[in-house]
Amino acid sequence: MSKTNEVVITPIFKNNPIALQILGVCSALAVTSSMSVTVVMCLALTSVTAFSNLFISSIRNHVPGNIRIIVQMTIIASLVIVVDQVLKAFAYEISKQLSVFVGLIITNCIVMGRAEAFAMKNPPGISFLDGIGNGLGYSVVLLSVGFVRELFGSGKLFGIEILPLVTDGGWYYSNGLLLLPPSAFFLIGIFIWILRTAYPDQVEKPEFEMAPNTKKEAA
Amino acid sequence: MEHYISLLVKAIFVENMALAFFLGMCTFLAISKKVQTAIGLGIAVIVVLTITVPVNNLIYNYLLKDGALAWAGMPDVDLSFLGLISYIGVIAAMVQVLEMFLDKYVPALYNALGVFLPLITVNCAILGAALFMVERDYNFGESVVYGAGAGVGWALAIATLAGIREKLRYSDVPHGLRGLGITFITVGLMSLGFMSFSGVQL
Repeated sequence: MSKTNEVVITPIFKNNPIALQILGVCSALAVTSSMSVTVVMCLALTSVTAFSNLFISSIRNHVPGNIRIIVQMTIIASLVIVVDQVLKAFAYEISKQLSVFVGLIITNCIVMGRAEAFAMKNPPGISFLDGIGNGLGYSVVLLSVGFVRELFGSGKLFGIEILPLVTDGGWYYSNGLLLLPPSAFFLIGIFIWILRTAYPDQVEKPEFEMAPNTKKEAA
Repeated sequence: MEHYISLLVKAIFVENMALAFFLGMCTFLAISKKVQTAIGLGIAVIVVLTITVPVNNLIYNYLLKDGALAWAGMPDVDLSFLGLISYIGVIAAMVQVLEMFLDKYVPALYNALGVFLPLITVNCAILGAALFMVERDYNFGESVVYGAGAGVGWALAIATLAGIREKLRYSDVPHGLRGLGITFITVGLMSLGFMSFSGVQL
């Protein structure tokens, strides 16, 4: 039980794939300007990670080491095709907005990274949970970035008006910067800052230490 | 000709792979600590993109597109759902072939790029460029120009970031922001800078 908990919970904050392991950053930035798109992206990624972990882990003893990457790639690509087709069939509008980013789940480092680091060494059940945990860790970052961007960028959440805009006779001046791509970088930077203040052991060691003042008058 | 130049400039600056679409971010953030290695990786990306985008273009137009198999007597076959798996297959194979070719014939370049080549298979910029090429329906000529442009843009971005990070090492950054955090914010500022190209029309 404790192992199960650990595998699902730690990637969410303590060992977050985006903030600590620098995996899967690409899509984290591009699809976060509105919440509904973000939620779909998170669901897609979590299911792909979970199932690729499950399948890769169940065949891990039969795959020769030197061709494992291509095998993993094939499994992941097939799963992404399934997700892509499902989205096109049931959520066409959103799949248009996600455009190439669904396809890019294939090269999302989280999926490959977890397959390589966890699924190749652990039995299927726990690997599946690890996939879900890492998917959730990714989702937490994406959803919080998406929340801030949509709420303060266009005054809406899931397309429903929360802060009435000045242009529509309300009181809120929308912050256009948040709808532009660079804002995602700032938000993730701030997210990392908060996370590392909460877990100080994640702070990276500086390459150069600031020397203490040597003169008395400077101190 | 003008059309191609405009496409090239657009691919390099306006639609910069790294700073406008955030593709290839994992490697972008991980391997930008030294200018030397960043340039090596950048060149590898340019080479791979210039080769794989046109190859994928041919595969899409002559094998996968709806009705593309007409030359084989099968005009009703639509294989476009196989797109993702074939692009990634082509990329992986191309990288492998390129690695063996360089190892045999251009060992100097192989030694310079060696470590980075396998990494490139999982670089989203490569697959992303292939997918953009399909989405925008480029023809063969356009796809060559687009591939090269996207590669140059990405290389430019990573070399610049590495330059900034080399200087950043000496600065006194708040503890929680050290390393990754400040890099994100730096990239955000660079991306703002690159947005100023967005009005450029040729």
